[in-house]
Amino acid sequence: MNDKEWPLYEVFIRSKSGLSHRHAGSIHAADDQMALDHARDTYTRRTEGVSIWVVRSSQIVASDPAETSAFFEPAEDKIYRHPTFYDIPDGVENL
Amino acid sequence: MKKEEALLAYVLRLGDNALILAQRMVELVAAYPELEEELANANFALDYLGQARMFYSYAGELEGAGRSEDDFAFLREEREYRNFLLIEQPNGHFGDTITKLVLFESFYLLQLEALTKFSDTRVAEIAARAEKEIRYHLRHNAQWLIRLGDGTEKSHNRVQASIDNLWRYTGELFAADEIDNAIQSEYDGPSLDSIQKTWRDNVAAIFAEAKLVLPEDQWMDSGGKQGRHSEHLGYIIAEMQYLQRTHPGATW
Repeated sequence: MNDKEWPLYEVFIRSKSGLSHRHAGSIHAADDQMALDHARDTYTRRTEGVSIWVVRSSQIVASDPAETSAFFEPAEDKIYRHPTFYDIPDGVENL
Repeated sequence: MKKEEALLAYVLRLGDNALILAQRMVELVAAYPELEEELANANFALDYLGQARMFYSYAGELEGAGRSEDDFAFLREEREYRNFLLIEQPNGHFGDTITKLVLFESFYLLQLEALTKFSDTRVAEIAARAEKEIRYHLRHNAQWLIRLGDGTEKSHNRVQASIDNLWRYTGELFAADEIDNAIQSEYDGPSLDSIQKTWRDNVAAIFAEAKLVLPEDQWMDSGGKQGRHSEHLGYIIAEMQYLQRTHPGATW
């Protein structure tokens, strides 16, 4: 018996054309093709998607929680970087 | 045989294949080795159940005797079911299940493709919907057969044995009887001869990739389509019909 777990994959689903892929969750699979099948069977059962990306979790490079202050806090007091001085026209939904 | 009788019989055969296979797959619910495959199996079983419902509902309309989809599913006896012998074979181990599904779905997909051009529009519409579902099932299950066949020596030997054991039930898929002939001539139905050639090529291609050997021509079992079943169907039906037989008319 092989009791090793299959590798973990992260699943990203595009819910409709024009929107970006969003992280939906993760699944286990033996290879890339099986990962795509498992993502489809696990996360698009209720017509949640029109496109799926899967990527090995080990391939994702993530920021270090210990460096949160150096990474993100400098942006907090720079409100001039936000486009909040504009009015969003009516009817624009996905901004 | 009258044209209308052939159509009713044919639609019931389609429904019986879908229902009995769904019931077989439901036996595996909560018994799969991996969560994701568990979900896939349950999804697939529900696809088949949905197809059975559409075929039975239409059969009820064709018959015009007031029978509902539930009457066809739960209140008929063993010999009235016309599913293939292949469908009712036990699940066995995972390799047996995958082999059975690949052999059947390689046929069923071709049958459904042909039925999308059927002259009876209701059947053509059901087939168009089912075809998409089965195309994905087959893709998924064929990949598993390739993984098992081209996997370890043990998985290869086990799944080759599954093929050798199940092969004798594949002849029935292509053995045309008067119903198949009437369907082909009266409704532009599938030609089982041409489906058989394509089926053999497609299955041979999957087997080649899986490093599995196509069995030699041999004696073929048959009878399911005419209601002469193996010993397995009685048990399937006993379990499936238990509730309706014990509590007639019970609903949710």
